[in-house]
Amino acid sequence: MMTSLTIEVGKVLLVLIGVLNLAAVLTWMERKQSAVMQDRIGANRASILGFRAFGLFQVLADSIKMFAKEDFVPPMGNRFLHTLAPFVSAFFALIGFAAIPFGNVIHLFGKDISLQVIDLNVGILYVFATMSLGIYGVVLAGWSSNNNYAFLGGMRGSSQMFSYEITIGTTILGVLMIFESLSLQTIVQAQGELLWGFIPKWGVVVQPIGCLLFLVAGIAETKRVPFDLPEGESEIIGYFVEYSSMKFGLFMLTDFVETILIASLVTTLFFGGWQIPYLMRDGFHFPGGFTVSLSGTSVSLLQVLSYCVKVFFFCWFLLLVRWTLPRFRYDQLMRLGWKMVFPISILNLLATSLLVLLLR
Amino acid sequence: MGSRELSFTERLYIIEVFKGLWLTGHHFFGNMKRHLARQLGLNRLKKGAVTFQYPEERRPFSPRYRSRHRLTKRDNGSPRCVACMMCETVCPAHCIYIVAGEHPDPNIEKFPVRFDIDLGVCVFCGFCVEACPEDAIRMDTGIVEIAAYSRKEMIYHIEDLLQ
Ligand code: SF4
Ligand code: SF4
Repeated sequence: MMTSLTIEVGKVLLVLIGVLNLAAVLTWMERKQSAVMQDRIGANRASILGFRAFGLFQVLADSIKMFAKEDFVPPMGNRFLHTLAPFVSAFFALIGFAAIPFGNVIHLFGKDISLQVIDLNVGILYVFATMSLGIYGVVLAGWSSNNNYAFLGGMRGSSQMFSYEITIGTTILGVLMIFESLSLQTIVQAQGELLWGFIPKWGVVVQPIGCLLFLVAGIAETKRVPFDLPEGESEIIGYFVEYSSMKFGLFMLTDFVETILIASLVTTLFFGGWQIPYLMRDGFHFPGGFTVSLSGTSVSLLQVLSYCVKVFFFCWFLLLVRWTLPRFRYDQLMRLGWKMVFPISILNLLATSLLVLLLR
Repeated sequence: MGSRELSFTERLYIIEVFKGLWLTGHHFFGNMKRHLARQLGLNRLKKGAVTFQYPEERRPFSPRYRSRHRLTKRDNGSPRCVACMMCETVCPAHCIYIVAGEHPDPNIEKFPVRFDIDLGVCVFCGFCVEACPEDAIRMDTGIVEIAAYSRKEMIYHIEDLLQ
């Protein structure tokens, strides 16, 4: 009893601390990466005792600044909802990680421990449910500020997120049909199989169009450039215009946490999660009959590492997209969502179901 | 120039997106390589960024760069300016204010008792320098950090300008 409780709490803390730290690192990475992409240097002045660490302390300086700033609530706004909104946003973004596996089932202290916080048999539905609930944060923030700009921003945000959530749902269905499970751990385990003996059966191999559409819709979910119409910091201003200090910080954090969430989902559903091609329980089995045997512990560690590397890569990729593409106009966004991405995802779904039926 | 019709591949968007990602990714990896090489001391010549680390590092100015004004002096240290008001007249921002006084030397006739330039209004066009018949005003100090806490402090007087 005690050990299982400790293990559960340990896993929760591991995931939570990991995600929050990665989000903090992403704020630094976003600055540095955009700078390197644009031939600049980026924030590098924050220092402790003259030690600059490539601007990593900027994260610390920023958070101190956020906490020290005045927390302003608009006098005609709803104080309770105004305070609640950022917490709703951050909370639902964070609990989504509970169902995402970061490693295979391991044997420790005479127990089978699945390396994920909860192995829900409807894991993927749970993740999408939490993502949808995140909309409440946006709408509440826009509504409770009693500011027309914020209100319109909240409306834009919710309609955008609804539109693209439908696409996410339909693209996912293809993956679910092929791997025949809603549990993310089972989906990842199924991706360890090989197609024709040498191609890893990753989601991206069996559902390339689904993967692309999921990426597009996923970026739209994170509300970042090129889909940042809910925020539009520089000119159209969005739902958190009336927020200051750490409440604003929470919204910013939510953006980064959602980026990580999308990166983890893409990894889990389309890029094999913690799988490494040809790595079985007892080592590498390459197609040519060549094998490298490894101990069970090192295999587990390698798998967790591979998951982290993949997630990190996709975070990098999402940042690359964010700093490359210009923003859509709102009608273009809606047209892309409803007239392009959604129909293509339906066609993709039909084609997949036909193939699954024929190949059975 | 009207807007050009987009070709079919451009309207597909996705190919253009990947082209854009390729371009920015190219910059990212190229610059990253140069940054790393510098950090490891392999290649100190190529910089990964075009940034000047401003207070420590300064961009060299071109010789004809227009920086803060100065009034040139004669050999005896008095201003060369003869208060002819040419610069005041030509100044498009009307930010020069001169009060002339009688000079003891009849060949010089006049000299400025007051010579104020409101640098908060000046547009740094350099017309005053062009107009001056005596080469008495120049913009070659190389001073660009002109800042003050109030508008009043932005007005430079003859003592400041003669330095
Ligand atoms: S630089 Fe131009 S605006 Fe400035 S004082 Fe001279 S003439 Fe006037
Ligand atoms: S144009 Fe030259 S000489 Fe004439 S008032 Fe201006 S600075 Fe003096």
